[in-house]
Amino acid sequence: MTTTQSPAAPAAPTRTYADYSAPLWRRWLLTREMAVIALTVAVFVYATINVENFDGPLTVKFLLQDIAPILLIALPMTLIIITGEIDLSVASIMGLSSVLLGVFHDSGMSIPAAALLALLAGLLCGALNGFLIAYVGLPSLAVTIGTLALFRGIAVGLLGTTAITEFTDSWADLATNTIGESRIPLVMIPFAVLTVAFVVLLHFSTFGRGIYEIGLNDEAAHFTGVNVARTKFILFVLSGVVSAFAGIYFTLRYGSARGDNATGYELQVIAAVLLGGVSIFGGRGRLHGVLAGVVLIGVISSALRLESVTVNVTNIIVGLLLVASVILPSVLAWASSRLPRKATTPPESSPTPNAASAGV
Amino acid sequence: MSTDLLVEPSSQSRGHRILTTVVRSREFSIAIVLVLIVLAATIRRPTFVFSGDGWRDTLLTPSILLLLAIGQMVVIVTRNVDLSVGSILGVTAYVTGKIFIANPETSVVLVFLAGMLVGAALGAINGFLVAFFRVPALVVTLGTMYIFRGVLTNQIGSERIVAGDIPANFEKLGTDQILSIPLLTIIGLVVLAIVGYYLYTARGGRELYAIGSDPDAARLYGLGVGKRVFGAFVLSGALAGLAGVFHIARYATAFAGTGRDLELQAVAAVVIGGVAIFGGSGTVWGAAIGAFLLVTINRALPSLGIEDFWQRAVVGALILGAIVLDRVLAVRQARKLAESRDHS
Repeated sequence: MTTTQSPAAPAAPTRTYADYSAPLWRRWLLTREMAVIALTVAVFVYATINVENFDGPLTVKFLLQDIAPILLIALPMTLIIITGEIDLSVASIMGLSSVLLGVFHDSGMSIPAAALLALLAGLLCGALNGFLIAYVGLPSLAVTIGTLALFRGIAVGLLGTTAITEFTDSWADLATNTIGESRIPLVMIPFAVLTVAFVVLLHFSTFGRGIYEIGLNDEAAHFTGVNVARTKFILFVLSGVVSAFAGIYFTLRYGSARGDNATGYELQVIAAVLLGGVSIFGGRGRLHGVLAGVVLIGVISSALRLESVTVNVTNIIVGLLLVASVILPSVLAWASSRLPRKATTPPESSPTPNAASAGV
Repeated sequence: MSTDLLVEPSSQSRGHRILTTVVRSREFSIAIVLVLIVLAATIRRPTFVFSGDGWRDTLLTPSILLLLAIGQMVVIVTRNVDLSVGSILGVTAYVTGKIFIANPETSVVLVFLAGMLVGAALGAINGFLVAFFRVPALVVTLGTMYIFRGVLTNQIGSERIVAGDIPANFEKLGTDQILSIPLLTIIGLVVLAIVGYYLYTARGGRELYAIGSDPDAARLYGLGVGKRVFGAFVLSGALAGLAGVFHIARYATAFAGTGRDLELQAVAAVVIGGVAIFGGSGTVWGAAIGAFLLVTINRALPSLGIEDFWQRAVVGALILGAIVLDRVLAVRQARKLAESRDHS
């Protein structure tokens, strides 16, 4: 890792820890995550001042409602990508849970019972992914491309081109209402609970330390006592359940269960996670950066929509941000290596990602 | 003399050895699945193959995915991936249509070249970003997928290239047959043969495999990793561009969503064809058979009495089956090698 290469601070004795090579404020502020958060805040402030109606009462509500499924799925996806794996099947699991909710409700079940079964289906989908990846040892990219087609195929196969649109009103309202008089949609409550759970899991538990270790070197992780297979299995199961929950929310919000619901969401989620500073190679990334990444994309598309710019421009911007986010560290490293003044002090020349990895 | 050898030279005849190699190969097993599906569909409905249209469609429909799978295979074998091919196909299909609208008299050869050139240029952007900055291809091509598609949609809006915009002689090209084999399929197979031959024999081709097996080792060994990876992306882009021209020739239509979701199908075809997703092994023949298999399954399911809504589920099961099979074969091979080592 880059951190081990950092030479000692001038006065330091033979052995130092990279974590302390910079003061605390710098380790906290000069990180990828803070850059994304700053950009998000900047775009939000800019939009509030310059975009008409952006400060209107409905903007925040619709913004949060739109990005809620992506926020939800980004939580387990972050953990999975930090282990160096990937899950492309999340949107198909959303579609499947959406269809199952509709089919079960249509056959006379109450919404909670149908939702419970849909969640169970999501758990099974995640378990299938997890089993093939963790215990059979297949590459996750290939497995989840397969299950992407499989789960979507089952969803489309069950309903064909029909849609189920009859849902109990009280439950449909639950998906669209806000908390009391505020502008925050109700779905943010389960999201907040999940966020706390995932932050604790990733950043404040042994399990979470294991996730980073697996991403850096899974063999080394195995030898230090991390149960690699079980960790990966649990993560994919979590991803399945959360995706199914997002699918239920999606269905109730739009009041329609269709086989092709949420098509293409998997790439949006992954784009947001990578934008938030998670390394696709694993071992690096933090949840606050990811959530800022999701909100950033949401704010940009919301502001551009109010400016009546089409969704295509949003996609171009998301694409450019994504490419820039991976290239920028290389460019910065190259540029700082060209500066003679900084070439003599390597710790200074390392770009922000190193500082971030040191603080992880 | 023989004590120096780890494994005795085979005492079988050359022909026999070639036969066992082919029969035991990974490609052969998929080819059998393909033949079985075609057979089953033909028994249920003889017109599936034995009619003018059926025969033509069996060969013609996979030609577009065939090109994408060839390009994708070359990229994947270097341990990269190109998710932008669907968008590149959309862009070149649109550009091709625009060329014909501007000048219906444009020569066909020129249009093919223009399509490949546009595709190669877009592929070069991917290749430059991946090879020069050494950043993960998955992220970069995911980004360029959005960018290319976004620019295309922005340009084209709700406009459509329709059959009326395309000169009749070009449209006829899409269904032309030589000796009952569609022209587009012939072009696809020629591309396949060239790329296959290159990968199997040429130094550059072998280097692509070496890079995919271990990029760091390849770099230490002195191979031009950046140059080769760049070349692989340019090839993938050019073939996606050619596929875009094929799309216009075959369907005479293009709109903002043309080619969407094809990138995952191309990756799926490559995976089904036995190419390792982390590079270094597999053949372009396998990828080609994988592409034929994917498309043929889609066409065959209705004939087999399965509602075509289920086709994606079948494709998914097929991909999972293919990678599990690969795993089983790899484990068996490893065991066999370990045994031969222990015995010597």
